[in-house]
Amino acid sequence: MSRLTDANLAIARDIIARYPRKKSALIPLLHLTQEQNGYVTDDAMRHLAELLDITPAEVIGTATFYEMFKFEEVGTYVINICQTMSCALLGAGALMHHAEEKLGIKAGSTTADGMFTIEAAECQAACTEAPTMQVNYRHQYRVTTEDFDQMIDDLRSGALSGDIPPHGTLGRNRQNIPADKFVGAPDPDDVTEGPAWIPVKVDNS
Amino acid sequence: MSTEDTNATETEPVDAVDGDTDDADEAVEAEPEPEPDPNIVPVTLNGREIEARKGELVIAAAERHDTYIPHFCYHPRMKSVGMCRQCLVEVDTGRGMQLQPSCMITVSPEMKIDTESETAKRAQEGMIELLLANHPLDCPVCDKGGECPLQDQAFSHGPGESRYIEEKRHYEKPIPISDLVLLDRERCILCDRCTRFADEVAGDKLIHFTQRGNETQVMTFPDEPFASYFSGNTVQICPVGALTAEPYRFKARPWDLAQEESTCTSCSVGCRVVVQSSRDEILRYQGVDSDPVNHGWMCDKGRFDFEAVNSQQRIADPMVRTEQGLTDTTWSAALGAAAGVIRESLAAGGPDAIGVLGGARGTNEDAFAWAQLADALGITYRDAQFGDGLPASVLGLDRATIDEAASASTIVMLGADIKEELPVLYLRLRDAAVEKRSKLVEFSSVETGLSRYATQSIRHQPGLQSEAVNEASDLLAGDDVVVVVGRGNLAESADETMAALAAVLAANPSAKVLPALRRGNVVGALSVGMAPADDEHDGLATLRAAADGKLDVLILLGADPINDCPDTDLARRAMAGARRVISIDTHPSESTKLADIVLAAAAYGEKAGTTTNLEGRVSTVSDKVTTTGTARPDWMIAAELAIMLDIDGDIADVASVDDVTAAIAAEVPGFDGVTLDALAGERNGVLTSANPKPLPPVVGGAPQRNTYDHRLVVGRKLYDRAIGTAMSHSIAKLAPGAGAHLHPLDVDALGVADGADVRLIGQKATAILPVVSNPSIARGVVWAPFNQAGGTVEDLIDAAASVTDVKIEVV
Ligand code: SF4
Ligand code: SF4
Ligand code: FES
Ligand code: FES
Repeated sequence: MSRLTDANLAIARDIIARYPRKKSALIPLLHLTQEQNGYVTDDAMRHLAELLDITPAEVIGTATFYEMFKFEEVGTYVINICQTMSCALLGAGALMHHAEEKLGIKAGSTTADGMFTIEAAECQAACTEAPTMQVNYRHQYRVTTEDFDQMIDDLRSGALSGDIPPHGTLGRNRQNIPADKFVGAPDPDDVTEGPAWIPVKVDNS
Repeated sequence: MSTEDTNATETEPVDAVDGDTDDADEAVEAEPEPEPDPNIVPVTLNGREIEARKGELVIAAAERHDTYIPHFCYHPRMKSVGMCRQCLVEVDTGRGMQLQPSCMITVSPEMKIDTESETAKRAQEGMIELLLANHPLDCPVCDKGGECPLQDQAFSHGPGESRYIEEKRHYEKPIPISDLVLLDRERCILCDRCTRFADEVAGDKLIHFTQRGNETQVMTFPDEPFASYFSGNTVQICPVGALTAEPYRFKARPWDLAQEESTCTSCSVGCRVVVQSSRDEILRYQGVDSDPVNHGWMCDKGRFDFEAVNSQQRIADPMVRTEQGLTDTTWSAALGAAAGVIRESLAAGGPDAIGVLGGARGTNEDAFAWAQLADALGITYRDAQFGDGLPASVLGLDRATIDEAASASTIVMLGADIKEELPVLYLRLRDAAVEKRSKLVEFSSVETGLSRYATQSIRHQPGLQSEAVNEASDLLAGDDVVVVVGRGNLAESADETMAALAAVLAANPSAKVLPALRRGNVVGALSVGMAPADDEHDGLATLRAAADGKLDVLILLGADPINDCPDTDLARRAMAGARRVISIDTHPSESTKLADIVLAAAAYGEKAGTTTNLEGRVSTVSDKVTTTGTARPDWMIAAELAIMLDIDGDIADVASVDDVTAAIAAEVPGFDGVTLDALAGERNGVLTSANPKPLPPVVGGAPQRNTYDHRLVVGRKLYDRAIGTAMSHSIAKLAPGAGAHLHPLDVDALGVADGADVRLIGQKATAILPVVSNPSIARGVVWAPFNQAGGTVEDLIDAAASVTDVKIEVV
């Protein structure tokens, strides 16, 4: 079930074809499978290994390096509340506390209805807007406890579904590269001279 | 690449050649400046001028000049990754002294290296301190304690104390990552040796770093264990006690172990090893780096089958058959009985009523002594193989070494799946293909371990390999081509492979041949006198003579025809047809059970001598432990029988194994270099030579398969029911078990579910096997592993037939 669906398999093959080496398509395919299932399942990793001619151990090794790939079910909305210095000074601790109270769960877990996951996060590179949080990786700035409550209510009611797609969706428009616009990349094995952007003079004399 | 980085022991720097070229042309001119050797790079190491080699890593150059740089991740047989930073030293390449990891930087002219400066020392101490921030200080309960690079280097290059007071990492202890290997994650220092080995050397990327930062750990995929044939090597190269092997775990401390160098004889690669024992019990083998052979690696079968030597089931004393069955007796009674039986049969039927089979599991000395005894008695029925290998004529061809094969322009694989049969040869040839040193052309009727690395892997119908070779002859051209030829399919006649070999040699007469015969000392046994004189007296002919009631005595030297001969029906009839069977063996086998006299033989590790690997390299095996019970080596049994049979000749005259070794050097053609002096302390052994003789003509040419049948391929797996594996509990359980592997579409056509039983109906028997759907099998072919529990596919094999076609029915 959590292997790629036929529709997604077609997309996967299209993605794989863009790379000179199949293996390079691993990260985009991990995103694709996470989009399909909400998280990366063992079956999905086996399927990707088959498609890319690598071992499942290589897939899990690569995938688990990245925070944004999840290996257990998460909520439709993943809320990362920054806990690093600037935010911490401007009330991130209290915000987290409030979030935990409001949703009735501890950081790192998911509400029973599968709607929300809260996570403690490191700096989100918006320190001037502290305290910050992200909902499905969309920034929210200077978040007060009231803002938080409002956001939860709006997410529940669907009022924000136009702004924030469910967890796993990277973009609403799938990238489509028509054949005549496709640039491609040379196989690294075929590259004999320096890269085009570095003017290397090879002296063969 | 990997050989460049190594402590290549045999490639001398090129300066040796200089003299010739200079003299001739330039002697007349006035003292020319000697050309600097381009392969020598002068560098300064700790104030001393040294000559490094071009492309050499700083750490390797330093080590070659007796300066040890501490390290964990660097391994001379693998690519450097610079993971651990322990090897930091100060290096000046013209921009002033800078700290550099010495395993990541190659020497350059005028480089200055300081491995002992204040800064280098502080860096090295700091790295140890950092590694110990998380590494537990549990050396007293850690298996590695006493032989641990981390422990040792913490003493030699560590700061002595730590500033870290934080809690260390904790993990569940230990987790099995395979049936043989366990992992204590908190001890891991993330050196990437095990994972690099799995990827680079073994090609089994089943372990990988997962997570990141402080959470990084070595892990398998859930439910996909590190089931590599080479997993034991990761335990040996792990620089800490993170990886331990089930068979050795907690059995001994290094300071309790005594060791001797030896050679593995579990297959004919002949990996160099040390045998380690404590209290007269073998506890561990470790690989030793022999440059021309194993590069330090071993396979798991060779590494862990010492359990068979220690097995409770060993035959400890001689036995003779009485009314109560086989009963223990004294050596003098048993030898007396054996001599009596031989004497009687000589009197009744002459020497042609006696057959001697085996020798491939023993030493050169064992086989030589028995061949001498057979010569003295005039016995011609003799062979070290019984239809399970290739005719001994493959040894008379222009023979390649492993090194030559691994650096050939084209390697032609014919027959055997060497990953299953000769695992470390597989590593060497895989490396040649992966590093693009050699083109690999494979002819096989099923996918093999090397197929995925082959430039061309050509599938042929079983039995029709000569045709395939003839069609692909343009792939076989070239100057240094090596053919690796073995027996891939036990359900077809060896003639088919020999005909294909003849076709390869016809297409490229300069090709050298590496015989991929599997059993430990088969090459040695055949070379020192156990080869049959002709086809009428080879192993199969001997068994046929026995089955026809023409043999009075059948002598088995560590041979178990019922399990080892592909045609088990013939073997069974032979055992029943021979009037008396004398078996000289280490373990009870199906054949010893049917013997009339059983003489207890010393096993590997219990007897000294020499062994010959597939390239003809003779190296020593050592007697690390005393023999089990009253068992003795085969050569000694032959010598004692010779005395009892009043034979005068050298064989009755040997007092020690060294006498036999010396006699081999004196008498066996090509073995004259194998003197005791030459062998002493020579890790790489002594290469013997054979006089090249052309192949006798063979006619192959099996019929085409008719489309209603499937054609049978019976191949070996690394783990089967052979005695060494079956008696080693850790690896015996890894045998895959019997099965009939078919293409999924063929399974569908039969209308059975995967795993259901099917009946294979052959010319003379039927066999019931569970069906395994396997997309790597060609349609129309059925592949079954040899000698496995749970099926009797061997019953279908007829040694006289060129191929075996079967009908498959649903049960
Ligand atoms: S388990 Fe051992 S060999 Fe593997 S990375 Fe850890 S320390 Fe290195
Ligand atoms: S490859 Fe052969 S010789 Fe080497 S360790 Fe394995 S069984 Fe022993
Ligand atoms: S500290 Fe929160 S965004 Fe930087
Ligand atoms: S040995 Fe050089 S970084 Fe590990």
